[in-house]
Amino acid sequence: MMDEPTSGAGMPADPQEGAVSVEEREELLIEEEAAGQQELAVAAPEVMADSLGEYLRAWWTRIRTGESGVAPVVAGLVLVVIFFRIEQSTFLSAGNLVNLFVQAATFILFAAAEIYALLLSEIDLSVGAVAGVGAFVIAELIAPPVNLVWWLGIAGGLVVCAGIGVFQGTLITRLHLPSFIVTLGGLLGLTGVFIELANIDKTAVGGVISISTTSPVYNLVNANMSPTLSWIVLIVAVAVYGGVSISGAARRRARGLSAPPLSVVILKVALAAAGGVAIVIICTVNRGAGLFHLNGVPWVLLLVLLVIGAWSFLLGRTKLGRYIYAIGANPEAARRAGINVPAVRTAAFMLCSFTAGLAGLAYESRLGSIATNIDAGSFVLYAVAAAVIGGTSLFGGRGKMLHALLGGIVIATVFNGLALMGISAAGVDIATAIVLILAVTVDSLVRRRGTTGAV
Amino acid sequence: MGPPADSREGPRHVREPMSTGETVTARQAGNGGAADGTPLLSLRGVGKNFGPVRALSHIDLDIPPGRVTALAGDNGAGKSVTIKTISGLWPPDDGEILWQGQPVHLHGPKAAEALGIRTIYQDLALCDNLDVVQNMFLGHEPLRHWVLDEDSMEIAARKTLEQLHVRTIRSVRQPVASLSGGQRQSVAVAKAVLFDAKLVIMDEPTAALGVSQTRQVLDLIKRLSSQGVAVIVVSHNLNDVFEVADRIAVLYLGRMVAVDEASKFDRQSVVEYMTTGLSERGLQADGVGAGSNPQGSERTQ
Repeated sequence: MMDEPTSGAGMPADPQEGAVSVEEREELLIEEEAAGQQELAVAAPEVMADSLGEYLRAWWTRIRTGESGVAPVVAGLVLVVIFFRIEQSTFLSAGNLVNLFVQAATFILFAAAEIYALLLSEIDLSVGAVAGVGAFVIAELIAPPVNLVWWLGIAGGLVVCAGIGVFQGTLITRLHLPSFIVTLGGLLGLTGVFIELANIDKTAVGGVISISTTSPVYNLVNANMSPTLSWIVLIVAVAVYGGVSISGAARRRARGLSAPPLSVVILKVALAAAGGVAIVIICTVNRGAGLFHLNGVPWVLLLVLLVIGAWSFLLGRTKLGRYIYAIGANPEAARRAGINVPAVRTAAFMLCSFTAGLAGLAYESRLGSIATNIDAGSFVLYAVAAAVIGGTSLFGGRGKMLHALLGGIVIATVFNGLALMGISAAGVDIATAIVLILAVTVDSLVRRRGTTGAV
Repeated sequence: MGPPADSREGPRHVREPMSTGETVTARQAGNGGAADGTPLLSLRGVGKNFGPVRALSHIDLDIPPGRVTALAGDNGAGKSVTIKTISGLWPPDDGEILWQGQPVHLHGPKAAEALGIRTIYQDLALCDNLDVVQNMFLGHEPLRHWVLDEDSMEIAARKTLEQLHVRTIRSVRQPVASLSGGQRQSVAVAKAVLFDAKLVIMDEPTAALGVSQTRQVLDLIKRLSSQGVAVIVVSHNLNDVFEVADRIAVLYLGRMVAVDEASKFDRQSVVEYMTTGLSERGLQADGVGAGSNPQGSERTQ
């Protein structure tokens, strides 16, 4: 079991001399506490283990006691993939998998946006509409008559989205309006805004603005990095991630601080590297037909990697991220700690809308156009579903950007697989709902098992 | 107030623990009150009104450093108002507050915090999803190259926990959600003393705890005071009061009816003060100690 204190934290080297009876009493207390702790053994295995074996045991204990982490969603994903592979042999073809990754990119970005709101124990119903506004602004800016250079167009769209986030966040935090209502207003009102944008623009025939096929906005999804560049990006990404986590863990170990065993860190880096290698190999297989040669990693995957990496860094390593978690769990404690709670919450809503703008960019790039009939309401539902399937709590304070990645892939897999099987739109909706309910049920059952008996 | 400029040195304020012998002497010193003269904090004629309601009237109270003062009283006696006045939440309407002999205006929680006054409310104000280190440094995180400096935070947090002899927490990296009630209380205390605490106010620290957990917290309170920190404990539990307090102050309907060394009281007299505002038995020996409460002194005669 995990009774052994693994580091200096619990055991100061030499207590003050004298006061023998107090010391003895403390020893007894420590034993009592240790006994009580067995029911509470839910701490991360990283802080409890010294070796790989210990880590795996701690990890297993943790899953059994309810802190399941990402294990259920990964297991579920594997099952879904096996099912589709049996049903439809083309499911695992390179062409289809790349298509799946591209589909997943939009869901991942939407989920990443929603996680900022969910971490605060709030909800943002406007992510779909904000994405629509962002997509329209970008499309308008890079098309005639404005004809801005592509990166200025994208920046313009994202600034508008961030501004919407600040506005909604200000209403929520300064006027103390419920986020549900404010962002519901955002969903309705902003849908009207992008329809109006399309009305004003005479070139938008039938509410559709197309994106020039030579524009980098179009090429984000529809063009690929060359295989050489793909491998270079992969090597750099793995080197940065591996270098930072391995050297960080080694340094903390050396200083006697809590750190996961080196073998575990190396295993994690190896898993991430293996995943990356698999994706690059799949993408560099020729997926064209006949004489038409097509291979390489779509640029949008690099965008997703950068966004998830940057937001993970923000949530895990900066004050803003730390305060978002603190406010999500206990706003009163955060306020008493001197944190400017309204400012942090507004910033989170801004990041949410900004990320939604990126999702809108990925979406319009895939379609090569943006139309007023996009279903902003469904985007919200997929955003929340992907975040929750990935493991983010609806009740605030618990969630990671990794959950957006996993949840987005699960939803895209279900969509993609069912479409391959020729299931109707109605069937796809029902299946997605079942997957969502199933994911939440598994999570809730596992957690309930863990919480009984705990204080 | 912010974190120390270089927090890698760890918290510098937690004093070296005195030897146990010295502490015992101080505890048994009897009448002396603050042996070294000036009390850390003095309330002089402090009053507080809420509209027409007189919540506190003419409160005199001295808090000596390095000692535990228990604030007793029935519901509505003014215990909460008193600690909220000291912690700057509700500035007093009249009277004055002296800090180390100098008059101060505690117009907000920040002002009290800047003096070194830390209040631990009953809810402890911890975030369940954050670990022990993250909770202790919440709002005061040191940065290194724009990034949270986890290493120095962990080192400082461990050092503080060790100085408080908190040894029941296995890892400072486990989330607070996985800790027991006594451990949470320990984390809250460690958080309070992490940055230069001179006076720690604890509101009902043992209210929700079992027997062994209560013991753990009471030991922690004694250790805190033995390290030179003044402690005010608000408690309903007379067992705990007599176990831990060096001095006892009893409030009754917004008035301070008795303040003295704990040894001058017995359970009976404290209960009488709490319920009626006066005690037939009176204080043992020479009445109200330290001359801090003429009003109470009148009432006991």
